[in-house]
Amino acid sequence: MNLFSLVLVNLGRNKRRTGLTALSVVIALFLFCSLRGVLDTLAASIRVGSEARLVVQNKISIIFPLPVVYRDRLAAIPGVKSVSYANWFGGRDSVDPNDFYAQFAVDAVTYFPMYARDALIIAADRPQAEIAVPAGVDPKLAAFLAEQSACVVGERLFKRKGWRLGQTINVDGTIFPGSWPFTIRAVYRAVDPAFGEEAVIFHWKYLNERGMGGRGPVGWYILELADPNGAAALSKRIDAMFENSAAATRTGTERAWQAGWVSMYGNVPFLIGVIGLAVVFAILLVAANTMMMATRERTAEFGVMKTLGFEDGMIFRVVLAEAAVITLGGGLAGALLAKWAIESSKFNAMGFLPSMTVSWATVATGIAIAVMMGAVSGLIPAWQASRLRIVDALRRVQ
Amino acid sequence: MASVQVKNVSKVYRRDRQEVPVLDGLTLDIAEGDFVGLMGPSGSGKTTLLNLIAGIDKPTSGEVIVGGTNLAQLDGRKLARWRSHHIGFIFQFYNLIPVLTAQQNVELPLLLLRMSGKERRRRGRTALELVGLGDRLKHYPRQLSGGQEQRVAIARAVVSDPSILLADEPTGDLDRKSAAEILELLERLNREYRKTIVMVTHDPHAAERAHRVMHLEKGELSN
Repeated sequence: MNLFSLVLVNLGRNKRRTGLTALSVVIALFLFCSLRGVLDTLAASIRVGSEARLVVQNKISIIFPLPVVYRDRLAAIPGVKSVSYANWFGGRDSVDPNDFYAQFAVDAVTYFPMYARDALIIAADRPQAEIAVPAGVDPKLAAFLAEQSACVVGERLFKRKGWRLGQTINVDGTIFPGSWPFTIRAVYRAVDPAFGEEAVIFHWKYLNERGMGGRGPVGWYILELADPNGAAALSKRIDAMFENSAAATRTGTERAWQAGWVSMYGNVPFLIGVIGLAVVFAILLVAANTMMMATRERTAEFGVMKTLGFEDGMIFRVVLAEAAVITLGGGLAGALLAKWAIESSKFNAMGFLPSMTVSWATVATGIAIAVMMGAVSGLIPAWQASRLRIVDALRRVQ
Repeated sequence: MASVQVKNVSKVYRRDRQEVPVLDGLTLDIAEGDFVGLMGPSGSGKTTLLNLIAGIDKPTSGEVIVGGTNLAQLDGRKLARWRSHHIGFIFQFYNLIPVLTAQQNVELPLLLLRMSGKERRRRGRTALELVGLGDRLKHYPRQLSGGQEQRVAIARAVVSDPSILLADEPTGDLDRKSAAEILELLERLNREYRKTIVMVTHDPHAAERAHRVMHLEKGELSN
């Protein structure tokens, strides 16, 4: 036997109470880390965008489009390497309208080369005839490029829906009415999980011709810059260029644009943080109360131990260690469980966020909180036990 | 030289605002290897005197010198360390830790001494064999009779080889047969291992085992 086994034996004297206290700490830390995971995910979603790309949108709101003619004017600006554009489609799955996933119409020839480092084509149909693929486009997209109603689907969505290559899926348009068939010709995998794998990407030309009568306003432009350092100046220049146009623009880096989406959550992150801390604080009181009860019941034993020669400091450390084992064990289990469970679920708010993640920093914070809980919940009982006068403690027996 | 010297010791307890004198200018010498029985009515100060000799309580005035050490000169930490080396305490109600086995209970004081786990286990086993419980090492207190529990408590008191054993009514909670066994054990520890024993008791039969019996009444000693 050693002092640590004495601590463990003491914890085992009321297994139900110890188990329930540890469980409450597990749940508290699980909730804390899960809620912090939401904040981690929001932070990750801000990191999705690149600092080397600019997004140009309508100054009023993203829901107002921009004229297609801006494309050539933007491409002509010195420092702009390439221009692509996209539209939000906003349709619903015709089979299961409640199962939402994002759909984007993109100019494939410019879009895919621009995001070649963010997403890889991992599976694709073979084209029915040999076609020339534009420079910079993954040759695996040949079948997709050859067919106007073709689409590329994120791997996670593809697997979740049980789709297969060559299958035609139907999406009911809400902004662009009608039932829209898309044939799956390729599957992409996000290189950075934050890019997300829950979207259907199809040809902007298809949307333009069928849904916008060929007039083709676009949702937003994406510009790849030759020099990311010039992003700020270029943004100002672009907005100034269209200031007196029918559709004035608001330009920023893609990362800032993503952050703008996240900022729409308002004070939700703050509330989530507060709720997480409130849960931890409530369980801290429970743990402290349990430790006080556990030590009060053993007053006479502490008297005996002191009679045997145990110093006050040693009694203090034994009681503190008991609290620490409960909270640290529970905290470690709760934090790691949160990381495993949340990341395994790959929940991504129907594609609005990257797959949920609980960062190691959050796990470390959770464990640090568990240590703090152990210290705070054990401090008072440990101090009381160490300060006991032997004769008073022994009187409890006699 | 006396093993225990109690010099003009007084002890006054304060309850609320009242002062309750328990010992009044008490002086006592106990020689090394002596076996002293301490008798007296309840509230006469027997346990208080034992606590003062063990250094778990402080006198209001006077000095307690044990094995040449003036206990008043030791702070709480040194006193605890001194106790772990020099004092073995036997309680009336055994006071074993219920979640520890007999062997673990006996090893408890050894956690305070520098030694390997193997050595601790060896010493614990030896102490339990000494009290005749070599076959009860893994038993928990609830699995033992009162007499056996008290023998485990005695093994715990002697395991660190202290020079003085203080027993506070060690047979007070036992039947006659078990009490006789415990008293024989104490006699043996005194006779064979030269332990100085101070035993508080209400039982005249128990007191007969001591070399000398002292009576404490109203805080004063008489032979």
